[in-house]
Amino acid sequence: MSAVLGSAVLAAESEQIGDPVLNIAIFGAFVVVTLVIVFRASKNNSTAADYYAAGRSFTGPQNGTAIAGDYLSAASFLGICGAIAINGYDGFLYSIGFLVAWLVALLLVAELLRNTGRFTMADVLSFRLRQRPVRMAAALATLAVVFFYLLAQMAGAGGLVALLLGIEGVAGQGLVIAVVGALMILYVLVGGMKGTTWVQIIKAILLIAGAGIMTIWVLAKFGFDLSALLQGAVDTAGEGGEALIEPGKQYGASGMSKLNFLSLALALVLGTAGLPHVLMRFYTVPTAKEARRSVVWAIWLIGVFYLFTLVLGYGAGALVGPEAIKAAPGGVNSAAPMLAFELGGVVLLGIISAVAFATILAVVAGLTITAAASFAHDIYASVIKHGEVNPDGEVKVARITVVVIGILAIVGGIFANGQNVAFLVALAFAVAASANLPTIIYSLFWKRFNTTGALWSMYGGLISCIVLIAFSPVVSGKVDPATGASLSMIRDTSVDFHWFPLDNPGIVSIPLGFLLGIVGTLVSKERPDREKFAEMEVRSLTGAGAEKATVH
Amino acid sequence: MADVVEHPETDYERVQNSQEFQQLRRRFRNFVFPMTAFFLAWYLLYVLLAAYAHDFMSIRVAGNITVGLLFGLGQFVSTFAITMIYASWANKRQDAVAERLRRHIEDGEIV
Repeated sequence: MSAVLGSAVLAAESEQIGDPVLNIAIFGAFVVVTLVIVFRASKNNSTAADYYAAGRSFTGPQNGTAIAGDYLSAASFLGICGAIAINGYDGFLYSIGFLVAWLVALLLVAELLRNTGRFTMADVLSFRLRQRPVRMAAALATLAVVFFYLLAQMAGAGGLVALLLGIEGVAGQGLVIAVVGALMILYVLVGGMKGTTWVQIIKAILLIAGAGIMTIWVLAKFGFDLSALLQGAVDTAGEGGEALIEPGKQYGASGMSKLNFLSLALALVLGTAGLPHVLMRFYTVPTAKEARRSVVWAIWLIGVFYLFTLVLGYGAGALVGPEAIKAAPGGVNSAAPMLAFELGGVVLLGIISAVAFATILAVVAGLTITAAASFAHDIYASVIKHGEVNPDGEVKVARITVVVIGILAIVGGIFANGQNVAFLVALAFAVAASANLPTIIYSLFWKRFNTTGALWSMYGGLISCIVLIAFSPVVSGKVDPATGASLSMIRDTSVDFHWFPLDNPGIVSIPLGFLLGIVGTLVSKERPDREKFAEMEVRSLTGAGAEKATVH
Repeated sequence: MADVVEHPETDYERVQNSQEFQQLRRRFRNFVFPMTAFFLAWYLLYVLLAAYAHDFMSIRVAGNITVGLLFGLGQFVSTFAITMIYASWANKRQDAVAERLRRHIEDGEIV
C-alpha cells in the first residue's frame, strides 16, 4: 500500500528533482577513480598484516580521515540532516552523542589497544584470559554488531536508490543494491584494508567538502546569521514552528519517550569505543602516538561535520520545508539531497547523491573487512585450528568470508528494503556498549578481571540487547496514534508481543554488561595471570613489543 | 595474599614494578580517569537538561539562540578542548618516558 503510494509520489517528483543519469555518472566517476587507486595500493597484500591492517603504514592524519569516512555513515549524513529539518533540536542531540563518544576512544582505548593487539578486538580481550572462549565470545559480539550495522546500511541503500536514481520497481532497486554490494566485494577482496582505507579517505574528503560548501551556501543566504537561519526554519514550518528550536519535539511527549532518549544517549556515547570496525582502524598505523593523532584528526573532522549538519538540517527546514521533505520519496532521508537541489540544482544534487552512495560503499567495506578478519583470525585460526594455521591460509579464509558476507549483505539489503529497520544502527551501538566496552575497559585497567567475568559480560550484554530489542516496540506493537499505521518492523498491527517499553535497550543492558563483568569475576575461582597482566600493562603504556609497520 | 607457587620475576614484571613505570602509570590514570568522569558528567547533565528541563533549555538568549543550543555547542567546544589538552599533555609528559621504557625492554636492557 505504502509502496504504491511511494512510487506515485516518486513518479511526480522524480521529474522535478535531479537527473538520475547525471547522478549515476558522477557516482561512476567516483567508482572508477577509487578502483584505480585500490588496484595501485594493493600491490603488496600478501601477509595478514597487509591484508587486515594495511601493513600498519598509514599516518595519523590519513587514518583519522579514514575513521571519519568509516564513521560518518549515510545514516549520520542523511538521517541527522533530516531529523533536524523535521524535529529540530532533538535531531541535533544525536550528533552530540556521536561526537562526545570519541573522547572514550581517545582517552581510554585507542593507544592501549594499538599497543597490545594485532588485528582484531579479540586480540586485546583475550590477551591475558583463556584464548578460545574469550575469542569466540568477542568474535560473536563483533559479528553481531557488524551484521546489524551492515543490514541498516544496505536497507538504507534501497531508499537512496528510489530517491536519487528515480528507480521505482523493487526489482530495479534490488539490482542497484546488488551492484553496490558487488562493488564493495571487489574493493575489499582486491584492496584489503589498504583499499578500504583509501575508499574511506576519498569519501570522507568528498563528504566533508560537499557538506562544507552547502553549509557556507546556506549561511550566505541568511547573511551568516544563525539566528536568522533558525527564524527561516521556524517560519517555513508554519504553525508550531517555534518547537523546532526547543528540545522535546521528538522525545518530549511522555515520561517513557524521555527515558527512551536517555537510553539512546547512553548507547551512543559508550558504543563508539566498542565498535569493532572503529577499533580495527587503530591497527593500521605504526605506533600508539599515530593512533592518538588519528583520533585527534577524526574528532575534528567528525565534529566539524556535525556542525555542518546542524546548519544543513535547519537550512533544509527553512528552504525546502518539513512537509515537502516528508512527502518526498525517501522521506526524512531526502532533506539533504533536496536542499542540495534547492541550492545548486541538478549538478549539486548529483554530487551529493554520488557522495551518499560512496558513503554507503565505504562504510559497508569497512564493516565487511572487520567481520572477515574476526571470522578468519579469531574463529577459524584460533578457535577451530588452535592457532595451527599458516598466515596465507588465514588470509584465504578471510577473502572467502568477504564474499560470503558480501552476498549476505546483498540478500539482506534486498529483503530489508523498505522495512522499518532504522533501529538497527542504534542496536549496533547498544551491543557495542553493553557487550564490548565493559570487557575492553576491565581487561585494560582491572587486574583481578578474569575469563568468567569476560564471558558473563560479553554474552550477558549481547543476549540482553537482542532479547530486549526483540520484545520492544520497534519489532512489534508500535502504532502511529494519528494514522493507525504500524511503526514496527512487523507491519501487521494485530501481532504484538512487546513487553519491554523502550526502543533502545541501552539503559538496561549497558549497566548489566558492566555489572556481570564484576560479578562473574568475583564468583570465579580463576586467578588472574600475573605475568600476562604485567606484560599487558607494560606493553599498553609503553608500546614495547607492539606490532611494527611492515616494510616493503 | 601469599602466592602458592613463587615464580621468577619476568622482565615485564620487573618493569611493571619499577618506579619509572609506576609513575608513568599513575600520571596516566590521574589524567584520564578524572577527565573521563568529567566529560561523562557534563554530557549527562546536558542530556538530562534536554530531556527534563524544556523551559530552561528554551530560554532565548539572543534572537533565536536558545540556552539549549548554547549547551549543545558547548559540548562541541569541550570535546575539542579536551582532545587538544590530552594530546599536548601526552606528547609532552608521557611519550618520552614511554619511549625510554620501550627501548629498555626491546633492547633487553635492565631498567
